[in-house]
Amino acid sequence: MSAQLNLDNLIKSNRVHGSLYSDEDIYREEIEKIWFKTWVYVGHESEVANKNDFIMKSIGPQPVIMVRDKDGEIQLLQNRCPHRGNQVCVREKGNAKSFTCPYHSWTFANTGQLMGQAFPEGYKDHPDADKSGLGLGKVPRVASYRGFVFGSMAEEGPSLEEHLGGAAEMLDRVCLTSPEGEIEITAGFLQHKTRSNWKFLVENETDGYHPAFVHASIFGVADSGIGSLYGDKSTALTRDYGNGHTEVDLRPEFRKFDEPMRWFGTTAEKLPEYTEAMLQAYGEKQGREIMIDGTPHAMIFPNLFIAEIQLFVIQPVAVNETVQHVTALQFKGAPKLNRRMRQQTMGSVGPAGFLLADDSEMYERTQRGVQTRDPEWLFLGRGEQRERRDEDGFRVSHATDETPSRGIWRHYRSLMEA
Amino acid sequence: MLLEKSLEEFLLHQAVSQFIFKEAQLQDDHEYDAWEALWTDDGVYWVPANGMDIDPEKEMSIIYDNRSRIALRIRQFHTGRRFAQEPASGLRRTVSNITVEELEGGEIEACSNAIIFESNLRGEFTWATRNIYRLRRDGVSFKMAKKTVILANNDKALYTLAFLV
Repeated sequence: MSAQLNLDNLIKSNRVHGSLYSDEDIYREEIEKIWFKTWVYVGHESEVANKNDFIMKSIGPQPVIMVRDKDGEIQLLQNRCPHRGNQVCVREKGNAKSFTCPYHSWTFANTGQLMGQAFPEGYKDHPDADKSGLGLGKVPRVASYRGFVFGSMAEEGPSLEEHLGGAAEMLDRVCLTSPEGEIEITAGFLQHKTRSNWKFLVENETDGYHPAFVHASIFGVADSGIGSLYGDKSTALTRDYGNGHTEVDLRPEFRKFDEPMRWFGTTAEKLPEYTEAMLQAYGEKQGREIMIDGTPHAMIFPNLFIAEIQLFVIQPVAVNETVQHVTALQFKGAPKLNRRMRQQTMGSVGPAGFLLADDSEMYERTQRGVQTRDPEWLFLGRGEQRERRDEDGFRVSHATDETPSRGIWRHYRSLMEA
Repeated sequence: MLLEKSLEEFLLHQAVSQFIFKEAQLQDDHEYDAWEALWTDDGVYWVPANGMDIDPEKEMSIIYDNRSRIALRIRQFHTGRRFAQEPASGLRRTVSNITVEELEGGEIEACSNAIIFESNLRGEFTWATRNIYRLRRDGVSFKMAKKTVILANNDKALYTLAFLV
């Protein structure tokens, strides 16, 4: 494919061509122009809480090792020995000051620097064997926002703050729901793979049109209040923050009821310790407001999805294969609420989840569906005629409108045509 | 005496094996209500992720259902809109390597291996599990107080697992 890709024939303002989800050349181009270029969410600082902790993460299809080095700095190392390319680490997580390649025993500090080679005489006085040039590859740019660690494979480009733009406020809201203003990722991940293109997942995360149908089976039997949030009469909003970031903003519905913890399907009385801690931390007024609003339903392009109480990381592994890594958010200083969040998460998501098994079924059927020849296009026009701008200038529309999808595709096109 | 004890153990092994085969058949045939009836009122259905020695109270499991959540899982199937099982998977499983141990207090721990063939809209798939049962006597048969299902690949990314494993 040429460097100046023109997607005029594949992306319109309210339509996208089915081949964008199934064409292998397009997928390869996406890996270069999106996954190995823009900021991608990698992990959370709390996953490497102590010096020398490491955990295996990924950027797109490629693994990266997230490390807190001996000086306490977060490093994103590439898992490839500079000697013959062997993987230097095959453990999922641990604590190690160094990584030794099992093939020929080269040893690297957890900063990536080459410390030693076995039988070093063979490299002595060699003009090209300087240790400083034979360290592990690093992800060129690493940056954190409130504990969320992002990496970019591009040496240069917009800063993380520029990339997040107005969507950073959604991560603020996640942290605000914790009495200590911080979240932790400590409950381990479920890994759920689906035979579908990654963009179907990204779009679905803030598609407020499907829950009433795909999830009717569980809303109906679980006595859940979620269903009405996504109904025709809902006052909730979809929002496009630009740069591909989107949300379903459920706050208008929760504010209508004005009941703390309704967003979590419970009451303040049932969580006295948490309520007390929140009011202590933020004061009566703001504490109450936060407990009414709850956490966001936020999709940070291209791979971080906060579904109120869950954190998803979307990882493409092939044009028609995507892995969802998912865990429960944990709020620092809220052990009782955290336990309930873990329980709810296990029920809802992962390979056997009441919600995600059915979402994944739709992803796979859609992946097969778009390979049917006619019609060639997907229509994403829902609500385009009633879309408006909010006070911050972001596009908003009804909870069930396709404002998020259109925003995702606008940004996608700008990255792919860059 | 020895012979008598061996005979008792043999009969228990036989009875527990029949129970495990029956459970497998109910799962394969999507006999949801009959399967649910095998549980005690305090039953726990656990499918751990990331190994077999995690603490389900602290870490994510694929399934960690208490009795009421088992019932919810069954009710979701009955809506006819549990799309991950509409149409239901074609299933056949082979269960073997059954061991039975009577515990103090009268409960029974039984273990088995299972290979499950699944056919669904995505394709054909094979699952391998180690199953650990905690059983209580119930008349001439048993009820499940706990079933733990350890998938051989539970540390990897898995496709949807929406049938009863």
